[in-house]
Amino acid sequence: MVDYFKNDLESLHQALVNKDLSSEELVKSTFEKIETIDPKIEAFLALNKDQALAKAQELDQKGIPTDNVLAGIPIGIKDNIVTKGLTTTAASKMLANFKPIYNATVMDKLDQVDMINVGKLNMDEFAMGGSTETSAFKLTKNAWDQTKVPGGSSGGSAAAVASGQILAALGSDTGGSIRQPAAYNGIVGLKPTYGRVSRYGLIAFASSLDQIGPLTRTVKDNALVLNAIAGHDKHDFTSSSKEVPNFAAGLDGNIKGLKIALPKEYLGAGVDQEVKDAILKVAKTFESLGATVEEVSLPHSKYGVPVYYIIASSEASSNLQRFDGIRYGFRASDVKNLEDVYVRSRSEGFGDEVKRRIMLGTFSLSAGTYDAFFKKAAQVRTLICQDFANVFSKYDLIMGPTAPTTAFGLGEDIDDPVTMYMNDILTIPVNLAGLPGMSLPAGFAKGLPVGLQLIGPQFAENMLYKAGYAFEQATDFHKAVPTIGGQN
Amino acid sequence: MAITASEVAHVASLAKLSFNAEELEKFTGQMDEIINMVQELSEVDTTDVPVTTHVTDAFNVMREDVAVKGTDRELLMQNVPESQDGYIKVPAIIDESEEG
Amino acid sequence: MNFETTIGLEVHVEMKTKSKAFSPAPVQYGSEQNTNTNVIDWGYPGVLPEVNKGALEYGMRAALALNCEITKDIHFDRKNYFYPDNPKAYQITQAQTPIGTNGWLEIELEDGTKKKIGIEEMHVEEDAGKNTHNPDGYSYVDLNRQGTPLIEIVSKPDIASPDEAYAYLTRLRQIIQFTGVSDVKMEEGSMRADVNISVRPIGSDKFGTKTEMKNLNSFEHVRKGLEYEAKRQQQVLLAGGKVQQETRRFDENTGETVLMRVKEGASDYRYFPEPDLPPIHISDDWIDEVKASIPEMPDKRRSRYVKEWGLSDYDASVLTQTLEMSDFYNETVADGADPKLAANWLMVEVNAYLNANKLELKQTALTPAHLAGMIKLIQDETISSKIAKKVFKEIITNDTDPKAFVEAKGMVQLSDPAKLQPIIDEVLDNNEQSIEDFKNGKDRAVGFLVGQIMQKTRGKANPKVVNKLLMASLKER
Repeated sequence: MVDYFKNDLESLHQALVNKDLSSEELVKSTFEKIETIDPKIEAFLALNKDQALAKAQELDQKGIPTDNVLAGIPIGIKDNIVTKGLTTTAASKMLANFKPIYNATVMDKLDQVDMINVGKLNMDEFAMGGSTETSAFKLTKNAWDQTKVPGGSSGGSAAAVASGQILAALGSDTGGSIRQPAAYNGIVGLKPTYGRVSRYGLIAFASSLDQIGPLTRTVKDNALVLNAIAGHDKHDFTSSSKEVPNFAAGLDGNIKGLKIALPKEYLGAGVDQEVKDAILKVAKTFESLGATVEEVSLPHSKYGVPVYYIIASSEASSNLQRFDGIRYGFRASDVKNLEDVYVRSRSEGFGDEVKRRIMLGTFSLSAGTYDAFFKKAAQVRTLICQDFANVFSKYDLIMGPTAPTTAFGLGEDIDDPVTMYMNDILTIPVNLAGLPGMSLPAGFAKGLPVGLQLIGPQFAENMLYKAGYAFEQATDFHKAVPTIGGQN
Repeated sequence: MAITASEVAHVASLAKLSFNAEELEKFTGQMDEIINMVQELSEVDTTDVPVTTHVTDAFNVMREDVAVKGTDRELLMQNVPESQDGYIKVPAIIDESEEG
Repeated sequence: MNFETTIGLEVHVEMKTKSKAFSPAPVQYGSEQNTNTNVIDWGYPGVLPEVNKGALEYGMRAALALNCEITKDIHFDRKNYFYPDNPKAYQITQAQTPIGTNGWLEIELEDGTKKKIGIEEMHVEEDAGKNTHNPDGYSYVDLNRQGTPLIEIVSKPDIASPDEAYAYLTRLRQIIQFTGVSDVKMEEGSMRADVNISVRPIGSDKFGTKTEMKNLNSFEHVRKGLEYEAKRQQQVLLAGGKVQQETRRFDENTGETVLMRVKEGASDYRYFPEPDLPPIHISDDWIDEVKASIPEMPDKRRSRYVKEWGLSDYDASVLTQTLEMSDFYNETVADGADPKLAANWLMVEVNAYLNANKLELKQTALTPAHLAGMIKLIQDETISSKIAKKVFKEIITNDTDPKAFVEAKGMVQLSDPAKLQPIIDEVLDNNEQSIEDFKNGKDRAVGFLVGQIMQKTRGKANPKVVNKLLMASLKER
C-alpha cells in the first residue's frame, strides 16, 4: 500500500517512472485507503472507481512520461465542480441525481496532464458555510479530531488530503472555503488570484468572488497542481489572459529581503491567544530567514464581513434562481401548477443555510434596498481593495492567521449565524479584492492545527509559494501525521 | 432598522420560497440580526467612491459572431424531469402574465 | 374638457446575427424545437455567458441610425424573474448603461407635417425562449429563441396621437430595416411593440395614469388599440373616475381593449451588474468603423434619387419605403437601366404583380440584371413598350434572360424603314377611304391605319418609326 504521508508528487512520480509502482496499483491502493479511512472521516460523496482504473490501465500501457509529474496521480474533486458523466451534487438535494453532459474546464485540464479523478468530495451545500455541516448528505470530520469540523466549505477536500487518502484535491474558495479548511486540517490550500483559474463548470455561488484552487500536503505539490489548472479559458470571460508561469520554479528557500506586513487588525479581539502566539512565532521564523515583518493597518478589514455577506448573497440569490425544477435537478412531486413547481421544488430542494443566503441576497437587491445595501457594499469593497493596494505599495506580502480559532466542535455554533460569519473575517477581504491567498500549517494549539495565511498582490502566486516554501522547509509542521480515530 | 414578517414574506415570494409560520418567525429574527450587522456600513464615508463589481483584469472581452452547431437535443434532455416530443414539459401557470 | 394624449412605445427588434447574444448557438428560425441550443442557453449549473461582438455592433449601428449618443463605457446587468422560457431565471440586459441615449427620428404624417420624436434610450439584451400553452394543462418550452440578440428602443413621451404612433412605427421599421440589422417583421416576431398611453386635461402639467398593451400583431392594431384606449380613458375621467394602472389586450374582432391584469406596482427585477462579463469600452475608432459600415439610409437615398436621377419626391419616397425595393432599384440602375424608366416599371408593373399574387420581390424570379436588360431593350428601341409587357411577364416568373427571350420569340421590333415602307404603301393602297378621311381632318383615320400596319407586321413594327413614315407617306398621297 502506498503511504501518502511518506510521499509527495515528485517521489510518487519517480516511483511510477521507475516502475516501482504502476498507475493501476497506485489507484487501487488509493481506493483501499479510502475504504479503510473514509468511514471515519466521510469526505467522499461518490467514488469514480471504474473510470479511474480504466484510465490508470491506459496510462500503464502508454507509459508514464518523465516530464509530467502529475501523470497517473489520483486527485479528488469538490462536488461543486462539474464532472461529465459523474454525478455532481453541490452537496444539495436539489442536484442529488444530476449527471452533467459537459465538463468543467479544470477537469479537461487535469485530463490533459493525465491526473486521475478518484471521486467527488463533500462540502457545505452550494459552498455556503464554514464547516461542511450544511451538506445534505454526509457529515465530514476533521482529520485530527473526529469530534471537530473539518472547516468549510471545502471540508471534504481538506479532510481527505489531511487524512492521507489522497495527495491532492481541488476545492473552491468564495470567502475562505479553501484556506480555512486547509488551516483546520493542517495542510496547504491556495485560493488563486481571481481570474487565474477558469470558473467554467464551477457551480456558481458568488460570481465575482469564486475561484477553484488546490489543496495538498506540501507547498511544492500545490504549485505543481496549480500549473495544471491555471490559464485563460475562452469560455470564462472573467479569466485572465496573463501568461501562466511555472509556479514550482524558484523554490529555493531564499527569502532574504522579503518585506512582510502583519496587519494589526488580524491579531485583534476574537483571535485565540494560542493562535496569536503561533503567528508571532511565525513572524520570528520569517525574520530568521532574512525577511522583515512589520505591523501595518488594513483599516476597513472589519467591514469585509457585511460587504461580503451582501455581495455574495446577492450574486448567489441570482445564481441560484436557475434551480427552478424545470430543466434539471429536483422537481417536487404532486405539483398542481407552475407556481407549485417553483416554490415546492426550491423549498424542498434547498437547505436552511442556502435559503437564508438567498433571502438576504434577494432583500439586498430589492428596489428600495439596492442603494443602501448592494451599492453601498460595492463602494466599501473599493475601499477594501485600496487598503490592500496601499500596503502592497510598500510590502511584498501580508501574513496573519487563517482563522481566529482552531477547528470547533461538530454541532457547535451552527444556530448562531453571526458567530459563524465572524470566523470568516480574516479570509473574506482577500476574495473581495481578488487577491491570491494561501494557508499553510503553522503549528498546533491543543493538538489541533493552526494555519498561517499569506496574501499577495494580484498574480503574485510565485511569491506566495516562495515564501511558503521557505517557511515550510524551516519547520516540521507539514510532516505531522494525524492518527485517525485516536488522540492527536 | 427592523425587518417585519410581512417584508420577509414578500422577499420569500420574490425568491419563490415558502416558509411555515414557525420558520418565518425564526427567519425574521435571523435576518434581522444579519441586517443589523450590515447597518455598520452606513458608518463608512463613501462619498465619491466608485463601486467595485469586477476584480478581474480581463477587459473588453468579446467573441466574434460565429455560430457553433447546437448541442445534441437528446443529451440536453437527459436531465429534464418531464419532456415530450423534444419540448420541456411544465404544468401550466394559473395567470398567463409574467414575462420580461 | 379637452384632453391631450401621451403615448410611449417600447419596441423590441430581433437582430439577424449568426449566433446568439451570449452563446455561440446559431440564430435560425423555423428549426425543430431545442435543436439550436447549448448548455449555456439552458442555464446549466456552472456555465458562463460569452458576449457576441456582432450583436454589439448591430446595436451600435441601430443607435447611430437613430441619432443616439453612444455610451462609451458599457456593462451588462441581470434582470431577475422566474418564467419557464427564461432558463437562467434572469435575463442579461443593459439597465444602467444602454448603448444609445437621446436619439430621435422624424415622422411624416399623412397631411405632410413633420415631427421629431425623441428616443430615450436603446439597449442590447437577449430574447427568451418560447412557451406554448396547451389545453392539456401543460406548457411546452422550446429554447431555440433563447439568447437571440434583441435591441429594445424606448421612445420619449413625445408621441401625441395614435396616428403619430403609427407613423413612428413605420419610420422606425424603415430605418432599422435599412441598417440591415433586422428584418423587422411584426408578423414573424422580429419586431414587437409594447405600448402605453395616458390622457390628461389640456394644460395640466402632470401626466395621467398610463395603461399598457402588449402582444399587438400589427401597426394597424396598435393604432386602433390606442384610439380605443384614449377614448376609454377620457370617458373614465369625464365620469369622475380614476384610470387604473392596467395591462390590457386588444381584441381585433371588437376593436376594443380588454383588461388582462391589474398592475400592482412595478415588478421587482432586482437589477445588478452582471458579474460574469467584464465591462467594455467603446472607442471612438470603433464607433467610426461601425458608422462607415452603415448602408445608405432611406432619407439620403431619397434625396439622391431626386437630385441625381431626377425622380419626383413622391416616387423617391415610394422607392425607399423598403430596403428590398430600394436595393433592387439601385442595382437595376447600376446595371444600365434609365433611372426614370426603372422607377416606373418598379412602381407600376412590379408592384401590381406583387400585390395581385401576394408575393414579395425576393419570392419572384425577377432580378435587377434582367429588369435592367429589358429596360435597355426598350431604351434602344429593340422592343416596344407593348412587347415589353410580354417580356416582363416572362422574366418575373422565370429566370430568363430578356435579350435571349426576345430573340428566341422573334419579338425584335421592326424599325427598318426600307422594310416598313412597302407595308405602309400596301396598307395605304388598300385603304383609300382612310386617306380621304385623314384629308378631311379625321385624325382617327391615322390610328386605324397604324392598327392595320401593326396587324400586317404582327405587332412588331416600331410605332414611332411607323408614325413618322406614315405621316410622310400620307402627305405625299
